[in-house]
Amino acid sequence: MHLPLSPLPVNTTPNDYVAEHVRAIPRSGIRDFFEIVQNMQGVISLGIGEPDFVTPWHIREAAIYALERGKTGYTSNLGLMTLREAIASYVEETYTLRYDAASEILVTVGVSEALDLALRAVLNPGDEVLYHEPCYVSYSPSIALAHGRAVSIRTREEDEFKLRPDALRAAITPRSKVLLLNFPTNPTGGVMTGAELEEIAAICREHNLLVITDEIYSELSYAEAHVSIASLPDMRERTIFLHGFSKAFAMTGFRIGYACAPAPLIDAMMRIHQYGILCAPIVSQEAALEALRHGRQSMIEMREQYRLRRNFLLHGLRQLGLPCFEPRGAFYLFPNIVPTGKSSHDFAMGLLKHEKVAVVPGTAFGPSGEGCVRCSYATSMEHLEIAVERIGRFVGSSSK
Amino acid sequence: MDALLKLLEENALATPETLAAQLATTPEDVRARIQRLEDDRVILAYKAIVDDERAHRSGVKAVIEVRVTPEREGGFDRLANRIAQYPEVTSCFLMSGGFDLLIFVEGHTLQDVAGFVSAKLSTLTGVLSTATHFNLKTYKIQGVMREAVVHEERLKVSP
Repeated sequence: MHLPLSPLPVNTTPNDYVAEHVRAIPRSGIRDFFEIVQNMQGVISLGIGEPDFVTPWHIREAAIYALERGKTGYTSNLGLMTLREAIASYVEETYTLRYDAASEILVTVGVSEALDLALRAVLNPGDEVLYHEPCYVSYSPSIALAHGRAVSIRTREEDEFKLRPDALRAAITPRSKVLLLNFPTNPTGGVMTGAELEEIAAICREHNLLVITDEIYSELSYAEAHVSIASLPDMRERTIFLHGFSKAFAMTGFRIGYACAPAPLIDAMMRIHQYGILCAPIVSQEAALEALRHGRQSMIEMREQYRLRRNFLLHGLRQLGLPCFEPRGAFYLFPNIVPTGKSSHDFAMGLLKHEKVAVVPGTAFGPSGEGCVRCSYATSMEHLEIAVERIGRFVGSSSK
Repeated sequence: MDALLKLLEENALATPETLAAQLATTPEDVRARIQRLEDDRVILAYKAIVDDERAHRSGVKAVIEVRVTPEREGGFDRLANRIAQYPEVTSCFLMSGGFDLLIFVEGHTLQDVAGFVSAKLSTLTGVLSTATHFNLKTYKIQGVMREAVVHEERLKVSP
């Protein structure tokens, strides 16, 4: 559609065929950093956004058993009915949300696909999507790929990285259509209580915003019980609830997520999904079913491990004089490195070069991440101890 | 107290400073709590879990099912404690099912273990019968897999 209409210039390159809106997407800051880290030896990485636990054995075993039984075909576009029923009960039990397994739940290839489907299903070109930042790296590009306009709202350390109602109001325009939420937040670990979400919900109702809520880290909440915005009064009908198995059950490589929403929205998403993906892999769906049926205990044990590691790393970084907000969810710390006098990028690069510890510059999660770095504590205690020691040396030597 | 015990069961070498940071308390508090656990014999001992094969040890391990006659006073306890006192016995449990005591023994050679069973264990008053099973290979010991399940293919940096 965007191919040049005039004859191609002699020096046309393959890149000239790439669509303009794709060309406009910047490379992920994480990607650049990754390429440097990947070729270094002896690196302790706090840069990893996935659990360090191997998927619990009973779940892996269920995947093997599925293969033994010859489960190798397509499933329904929406996903296995048994899995959707299990998701419906889990979501009702955990978030007090009721969805019909037959028409209101779609099993996807990770939450990433679910988010992409949701945006493509609801956005007309130029519609504005509001989201809080620092945030997960895919939000802004996914919005752009769906021909929407990404409007970021900065969240701040002094507000515990919560979305402030006044900041949301200030960002709303007549083109605002969607509010994209992610609590607990990657990379900050920020959470919002039911009462705080209610203030946000009121604005959404007033301005008729659709909410897309990515609650992939919700099981990893360490303080108060997690509340989904979809469970607040009159919100279910205007919310697409996204969730998956990667974080809570340490199943990143299985690539299973899901969306729950009123039937017309799920139907719209399914129409894109059926042509693009057809269905999520059946073996992974069988494993996900096992996770919901028998995986709660493993999940609780992993969460406890993360909580203890968070305490350790938080204590360690604060001892080093790096101010750090106490995250109440997910598995990241987002310490403030301003006292070192370095930018996020220079801090991360220097730490990697001098002490071989990988953290991710806050700016990888949007410009408002400047002044912070993301440290994942989804790694062994042994590594965390070494990391704190090395960061200590680095901070000590840079302040001299 | 449970969280501290759990951490020590995972790694008894963790320092009070590390444990304190994890549990959001002070090293002094951790030291005091560990002392109490030791005094109360909640923590019985700290030991290394050794892979005999990699340590080139040629010892013999066996599991013995023992049927015994419970005594009028004391039930199984007196006899079980007598059996457990032998240095060859590394663990001793009272079991439900087709036999009464399950004991784990170690010796340098097969003859050592055989000698223990025939000369010591079987001759005890109250022992009715024994069935000895020798270890052929170890796959998992004290909750630890011999061959580590690695997850090294994780990317070093990911979103």
